[in-house]
Amino acid sequence: MKTRIGLTVNGEPHEVLVPVHKTLLEVLREDLGLTGTKHGCELGECGTCTVLVDGEPVLSCLALPAELAGCEITTIEGMARGRRLHPLQQAFAELGAAQCGYCTPGILLTAQALLAERPTPTRQEIKEALAGNLCRCTGYTKILDAVELAALRMTGGSRVGDRR
Amino acid sequence: MSSDHAPSERKHEFSVVGRPLPKIDAWAKVVGETKYTDDLVLPRMAYGKLLRSPHGHALIKRIDTTRARELLGVYAVITGADLPRVKFGILPVSQDEEALCTEKVRMVGDAVAAVAAVDEETAERACRLIDVEYEVLPALMSIEASLAHPEIRIHEYGDGPNVHKNVALQFGDVEAAFAKADLVREDVFFYEGNTHLPMEQHAAVAHAGPDGKLTLWSSTQTPHYVHRLLAKILDMPAAHIRVVAAPVGGAFGGKIEPFAHEIAACRLSQLTGRPVKIACTREEVFYIHRGRHPVLMWLKTGFTRRGDITGSHIKTWLDGGAYGSYGVASTFYTGIINPVTYKMPVYKFEGARVFTNKPPCGPKRGHGTPQPRFALECQIDKAAEQLGLDPAAMRRRIVTEPFTKTANHLTVTTTGLAECIDRVVEASGWRDKWRGWRSRTTASPSEKRRGVGFACSAYMTGAGTAIYWNSMPHSGVLLRADRSGVVTIQCGATDIGQGSDSILAYLPAEVLGIDPKDVHVHPADTSLTPVDLGSYSSRVTLMCGMAAIQAAERLRNVIGKAVANKLEVGPGELVFRDRKVGVPDEWDKAVTFAQAVELGEAMHGVLAFPGSYAPPKRAGKYKGGTIGPSPCYSFTACVVELTVDEETGEIELHDVWIAHDIGRALNPLLVEGQTEGSVYMGIGEALMEGQVFRKGVHKQPSMLDYKSPTTLETPEIHTVLVETDDPEGPFGAKEAGQGPLLPVPPAIANAIYHAVGVRCDEVPITPEMILRGLELRRQGKAVRVGPEKIPVFKFKEPLVVESAFGQPAEAVAVRPFTS
Repeated sequence: MKTRIGLTVNGEPHEVLVPVHKTLLEVLREDLGLTGTKHGCELGECGTCTVLVDGEPVLSCLALPAELAGCEITTIEGMARGRRLHPLQQAFAELGAAQCGYCTPGILLTAQALLAERPTPTRQEIKEALAGNLCRCTGYTKILDAVELAALRMTGGSRVGDRR
Repeated sequence: MSSDHAPSERKHEFSVVGRPLPKIDAWAKVVGETKYTDDLVLPRMAYGKLLRSPHGHALIKRIDTTRARELLGVYAVITGADLPRVKFGILPVSQDEEALCTEKVRMVGDAVAAVAAVDEETAERACRLIDVEYEVLPALMSIEASLAHPEIRIHEYGDGPNVHKNVALQFGDVEAAFAKADLVREDVFFYEGNTHLPMEQHAAVAHAGPDGKLTLWSSTQTPHYVHRLLAKILDMPAAHIRVVAAPVGGAFGGKIEPFAHEIAACRLSQLTGRPVKIACTREEVFYIHRGRHPVLMWLKTGFTRRGDITGSHIKTWLDGGAYGSYGVASTFYTGIINPVTYKMPVYKFEGARVFTNKPPCGPKRGHGTPQPRFALECQIDKAAEQLGLDPAAMRRRIVTEPFTKTANHLTVTTTGLAECIDRVVEASGWRDKWRGWRSRTTASPSEKRRGVGFACSAYMTGAGTAIYWNSMPHSGVLLRADRSGVVTIQCGATDIGQGSDSILAYLPAEVLGIDPKDVHVHPADTSLTPVDLGSYSSRVTLMCGMAAIQAAERLRNVIGKAVANKLEVGPGELVFRDRKVGVPDEWDKAVTFAQAVELGEAMHGVLAFPGSYAPPKRAGKYKGGTIGPSPCYSFTACVVELTVDEETGEIELHDVWIAHDIGRALNPLLVEGQTEGSVYMGIGEALMEGQVFRKGVHKQPSMLDYKSPTTLETPEIHTVLVETDDPEGPFGAKEAGQGPLLPVPPAIANAIYHAVGVRCDEVPITPEMILRGLELRRQGKAVRVGPEKIPVFKFKEPLVVESAFGQPAEAVAVRPFTS
């Protein structure tokens, strides 16, 4: 049984005709062509498929679009402003926080939600916010460093580009 | 390359090497633009699914696909009967796999049929409509069970019933060495198997064109090996097959062979005339596996009072799982790398790989070496205690000498291990912590106790021999430059996140004095790129790096001649830097790089140059001597600081100090990233990860149940890079992707002992094991938790070879393709 659903993704309204049980992850990837959102576990455990719904991190593999009418959904494709990268994206690229890059979209969006709520988080707070996002490549070190650097830059800190 | 300059001079000259540059693919990755295999969508594409066996061991009596074929939306259903009857395997000596099993399944998860349909859901439904009649056989789920039941054969080949491989090598008289020792220790260890768990599940898209040619896009580390084997498996000319490795979302050794889903996608595409995608589920990835072998080990080592090793003898039993995979190599690797780290004049190794009805084990980060490393480093810790020595200082005294051979004929070129030890000892405050905390009085039962542990390791920078015998390059690069100033690099190497694409941009940029951004890298496409054997055995940076340097130097020589003519100077006077070519003293007359290319193109014609690399031929002259040699070895030293809660047994890691001899950090950011990632993965293996089975089935084939470290379990990792400028490496570089994992599990075990006095001779180390150890202490028994016995097993008569220990090695060996 298919149903017509209206979704606002990255500020653009979309209408899709999908089976009611199709997850947000599948709709984003398959119906809207937004393949930046990745799948990792199909169980809500790894955080790879994280998107923002009204600014809050949501695991898109467990979310049903039918329940998200009227919500603002942000995917990795909506994180940069045109060609201007979000400071988190900039910092992740500069500090080597993305190795294989597969978990990166989910981690960036989770970190974006954290910084929106707590602009100057401690390292422990960053760890806690990202504890639901697995990364198998980096050992998290460069990811934590990059979130710290982005936070510093976004709050006008002086450490812009001076890490090395 | 410029290895004739002194390192200090060279360092000064570098413009790209040594700088913490972003990876060239970093920008695409942070905006979600990188196209992994499952992101590919082609017009008319069908979606495939595999039907997998629910039995660990069974004969296939009948497969009926009628009902599946009749389902609306199904394009094709295939079984093994629709594929050529040929067995394959990644190693020539272990051709024991079928993409779709025809007569027998050997593990839960073996594929027996495949469906292509209009969508995944329909394909899944069709799989459920396939009737398979099995005759269930007893499943052998452990080394002991497989050895105890020779009447139940998992395979008909090998070195004995259910024994895949049985090897024994002896270098010198090990019994005489033990007789000379002041202390001889015998210990038994067990290292549980675990899996790679890459974040990206394996996926493949195949397209058989109307011209009869086939293209496969896949999340693979080894497009070349997949290409070679597809030709055999599909019985078609390799010249009609193209394999493209899409950017890989993590691999760690798990995407390194041809798999059922790749082969089924190809065949289904050939039958339907449509592109076919098969994306594996997370559960399927646990069955694909090829991960860390569970290894039971017996280790006997003789020590002098001062801590010298007189000789060492190791026996290993590997639980190989259902197929050969890389297992023969894995078996050797459990025996042959230990002598690289410390002076071991005499050495004996006996190893056996046993088939079981579990997903096949293979190469995971460190391939076969973390297990014996765990055994050796824990045993040295015990010996140090008995001898009253500081375990760091004891190791420092016995590190191998540079440019010498090991007992088993491996050539150590440079080694920075002594400096690595010094650096982590210093950075961690080892001496105070180790001495100070050791002399503490017994704490109250509820107290959390802190400890530090030490371990070292060595690892290969690329295997010295290919997995199939040949005398061709291990890595090839094709470099092209045109009058726009663009330099294009084609190379079969596959970027699995480690940054090989970036290395392929950095090194030519360094040689040619241009910006890495000016270099366009086209990797991993068997139709376009010269062969690179693949992203495994820590070989890529060294081998494709050397090939890229050679190609870039050839271009530099040609355009240098043309520029020299124009400027009326000698070619030797020219400098390439800042996108210009000229003489330093008359830099205002320097031409731009693009102009230099124009001059070169006018003189030479099209500017396209190959680079080829093959390792020096240094294999020991004995059977088995081809496994283990490497152009050079990396070295690592590690200190772990942790707390153990005596009430709950919980272990909390605080800090890891790791110093790694990288030869030269081509990009310190990437090397640190590899090091930190290795440490993280070692922590997972030491404390929580286990690919374990219960009642014949995988206990936890999901990320929910298979625990791996999150940000909260990962401690602060302090990385120190030590540079030794190895003559074998590109600008002196060695590997970083695997070696730094190795010392982490034993350093953790040793730190736990330091904290609470419990010897854990088995990983993963769980709170239950700690509590069991503390209970033993209360009962006044030996405080050790680990395997109690070894299997009854007869190893082969050893091949006895003279020890080559301490023999001098040539500083730079002759390499093929250098002229």
